[in-house]
Amino acid sequence: MNRNKVLYSGAIILAVTLIAALLVALVLFSIGASPLATYKTILTGPLSDLFGVTEVLVRSVPLMLVALGIAISFRSGILNIGAEGQIQMGVIASTAMALAMPHAPKAILLPAALMAGALAGAVWGGIAGWLKAKLQVNEILSTVMLNYIAAQVYTFLLRGPMLDPNELETGSGTPQSMRLPELAFLDTLVPGTRIHMGLILALVAALLVWMLLWKTTLGYRMRTAGAGAKAARYAGIPVERYLIVAMLMAGGFAGLAGAVEVSGVHHRAIEGISSGYGFAGIVVALFGALHPGGIVPSAVFFGILLIGADMTQRSASVPANMVLVLQGVIILSIVSAQSFLRNPYAQERFFRWFGRFSSSARKAGKGVQS
Amino acid sequence: MSAGLMIYNVLCLAVPFSVALLLAALGENFNQRAGVFNLGCDGIMCMGAFLGFMVPFSLKATPWAAYGNLLGIGAALAVGAAMGVVFALVTVTFRASQGIAGIGLQMLGWGLAGTLFRHFVGGVTGVEGMAAIAIPGLSKIPFLGGVLFNHNALTYTALLLVPACWFLLYKTPWGLKVRAVGTHPRAADTMGIHVDRIRYQALMLGGAMAGLAGAYLSLCQAKMFSDDLVAGRGFIAVALVYFGRWSPLGILGGALLFSIAQSFQLSMQVWGIKFPYEFAVMLPYVLVIVVLALARKARQLGPTDLGKPYNREMRF
Repeated sequence: MNRNKVLYSGAIILAVTLIAALLVALVLFSIGASPLATYKTILTGPLSDLFGVTEVLVRSVPLMLVALGIAISFRSGILNIGAEGQIQMGVIASTAMALAMPHAPKAILLPAALMAGALAGAVWGGIAGWLKAKLQVNEILSTVMLNYIAAQVYTFLLRGPMLDPNELETGSGTPQSMRLPELAFLDTLVPGTRIHMGLILALVAALLVWMLLWKTTLGYRMRTAGAGAKAARYAGIPVERYLIVAMLMAGGFAGLAGAVEVSGVHHRAIEGISSGYGFAGIVVALFGALHPGGIVPSAVFFGILLIGADMTQRSASVPANMVLVLQGVIILSIVSAQSFLRNPYAQERFFRWFGRFSSSARKAGKGVQS
Repeated sequence: MSAGLMIYNVLCLAVPFSVALLLAALGENFNQRAGVFNLGCDGIMCMGAFLGFMVPFSLKATPWAAYGNLLGIGAALAVGAAMGVVFALVTVTFRASQGIAGIGLQMLGWGLAGTLFRHFVGGVTGVEGMAAIAIPGLSKIPFLGGVLFNHNALTYTALLLVPACWFLLYKTPWGLKVRAVGTHPRAADTMGIHVDRIRYQALMLGGAMAGLAGAYLSLCQAKMFSDDLVAGRGFIAVALVYFGRWSPLGILGGALLFSIAQSFQLSMQVWGIKFPYEFAVMLPYVLVIVVLALARKARQLGPTDLGKPYNREMRF
């Protein structure tokens, strides 16, 4: 149907990546690192052995889940920047749930822990959705503020009520919760690595989100509300209700990502568990064109970037904060490219300019020859 | 301790706390008045804070050391204006969605400041920072003297910028153009005002002021730099613009309210009233949400074309 459109936007994303890579190369150059060597480490280092590949997938699981939620919210016209806080809430709730009933059978314990995480994330996201729908509070500001609040709640709980009693008696005082009962773990997929069932869960979630957004009435209404609130209201769609629904879902996915991190990777709540997945998820969602089919590969790509950045920190002494710079540059380039694509005037002008430029270049070339 | 002394202590702390918020919010006000919603303010503050720290830090043992602070402030202003131009390029020229673009700029500034800091400095190091200048005569006034007239030069500058910004916005041709461009860009365009040019100028000015706010944080308040020095103050500043109903005086009130809350919380710990530290840190962020929820009627007073890119080629 729209093969050309897909190819076209693919080309644009490629161009955006190149521009972003060039801009970041400038920064790398200015701090005295070799851009080529750094990029080579980032892109090939993580894939050099099986363990590296599985680690990339481990990182891509939370990115995928978070980005799916963000895609739902962006498509519904509400910008959820609060995934970072929603992840932390999910971590807290799923840990608490798993620790509360250590003797339950696995068939109950594991789903209960994951559901608790998703629910807590949904509540945290829903607050921002409700504030937007009922009180017109700008959702970007409120979700950013909820991130800072969640971070404080998280540290308070980890250092106080949820602190592992062993840490108080014998440990180093590291703020972390008790270890989860083993029945609450997500199974490992490949023995000897950290890759876990969460990957399957995330892929199924991607399929479900696609079906929700493009194959159900609910999804159609949500996308309509996002595409044009005024028109949607004329068509009888209660836009405000769908804003709340979208934020509940977005928060739920982020909370689930937190729960999966706990039960699949760390097996306890630790400080810094989300390590920026909430922000990286925004970039993953945008980079995947807010579509599950794009988000899955884009999450793997950013998994490579995150691991690669850790590697360059060790080998090439490029600080890992570099990833944030890259993410920021990519966001700025993508949104610029998107509005360029939406604007036929600008495209026409660009191609006219480009045509003049190339024809004058051709003329200049001929002049040299003759 | 007497109640009077308590209030005095709280207010003495509140004025310096308010400066960074005040500077950033006054700058953001120019952006929003021109119709551009700049959420990258926080990232600009990070870069301003880094350069405000870095320049005097690297000039420490050179003959330029005496001018270190001044040059640092200059660098922060310059980087702020430059990032304002970047944001203008993305949102005004390319007409990108301002909300997400702002988050992109925030990540860029935050990440870049952290990267450069780790590469050039590494650990925690202090700078001498700016000393307080007691204004002769005025600082001897009981009560008011300590609260208002015993601060560093940037604090006085920020307080003087409140009337200056008011004058610029309401009493000069440029201010009228800024307000016109944010309220009805098509009408402004018809009257021969270059909408894009004015928005670029407003974003540069706003960016420079956010950079200055960052430099204040590192040079005067903390006298050091770290990744989480800014801690979302840029976002609070954006909220303060709503709270202050897009007027410099309202913004001053909002900034003071926030800093009084902050210094009250600090003072409570000094007085020995115990409550978890994390809840104290949380307070300003909760306050922002409450303030935004209460200020919803104020939206009607704001620039009507806030957040909408202007395209003079679009017919309708």
